Amino acid sequence: MANWIPLWVHKLGSPPLFYRFAGAARPWLLALAVLAAAGGLYGGLVLAPSDYQQGDAYRIIFIHVPSAWMSLFIYGVMAVASFVALVWRVKLAEVVAMESAPVGAAFTFITLVTGSLWGKPMWGTWWTWDARLTSELVLLFLYLGVIGLYHAFEDRRQGARAAAFLALIGIVNVPIVHFSVNWWNTLHQGSTVRILGPSKMAPSMLWPLLTMMAATKLYYLASLCSRVRADLLALEGGKDWVRKIAEAEGSR
Amino acid sequence: MNAFLAMGGYAAYVWPAYAVFFAVLLADAIAPRLRRGRILRELRARLARQTARQQRGAAPP
Repeated sequence: MANWIPLWVHKLGSPPLFYRFAGAARPWLLALAVLAAAGGLYGGLVLAPSDYQQGDAYRIIFIHVPSAWMSLFIYGVMAVASFVALVWRVKLAEVVAMESAPVGAAFTFITLVTGSLWGKPMWGTWWTWDARLTSELVLLFLYLGVIGLYHAFEDRRQGARAAAFLALIGIVNVPIVHFSVNWWNTLHQGSTVRILGPSKMAPSMLWPLLTMMAATKLYYLASLCSRVRADLLALEGGKDWVRKIAEAEGSR
Repeated sequence: MNAFLAMGGYAAYVWPAYAVFFAVLLADAIAPRLRRGRILRELRARLARQTARQQRGAAPP
């Protein structure tokens, strides 16, 4: 690879080093995620006032919207890692891409279920085939397709490459999900939180939402660390460093 | 407290949503731990078989 990339990036790409790094980072990430979630949920469920139109039903937003953001964010991470894996054949990138898929699928599932539970009292229906809901369902199927394709091959690295290709093609769905509320007439409301310009939301409701967003991001990183560790052990089963870990844990 | 749990009459929608959120993420957190244990157990079994085979080869009965 190009030599403008600092040496520690190459070093971190080595499985035994990343295994140790992820093991050290995981408890901190998880603790921060739990702390942020506790703060965000206290702010969202207790401190924030009820909505003048939706009453207390709107409080589903504090898990629905962060999960929806994560479903798109994780897909982006998976696609970038897939690209790196396909172009430069970096083993760690393959692992990151393939182990992101189950977390992304989990968040997409949460988004669909919580959205359904929110839709019933507000729209009068659990489900409707409109643009936002349908494209989010397609996103879930893309995640499941990547997971399924990965496990369909005897050789895991071959499976990872095939699934990485599918992940890259599926990226076209991400802007469709995001802009579906603008492009089509939909039951789903538009964006209230904007990166550019002022958000259309009261600060007392906005800060718990953003704190929950931080919590879900931190949780994803913690889950990714623990998943990548397990996958590296499986992939490098014949190597010396994995053998040492297996023996050390066996004698405990 | 009761008013908090009632969620303004929307308890039947709000609390299941939160339950799903935590249940799914808990399952997601536990799965890799179980998998890691299984991988290491299988690896130890393979190593034990390997050393047993080597010992048999070194000292035939």
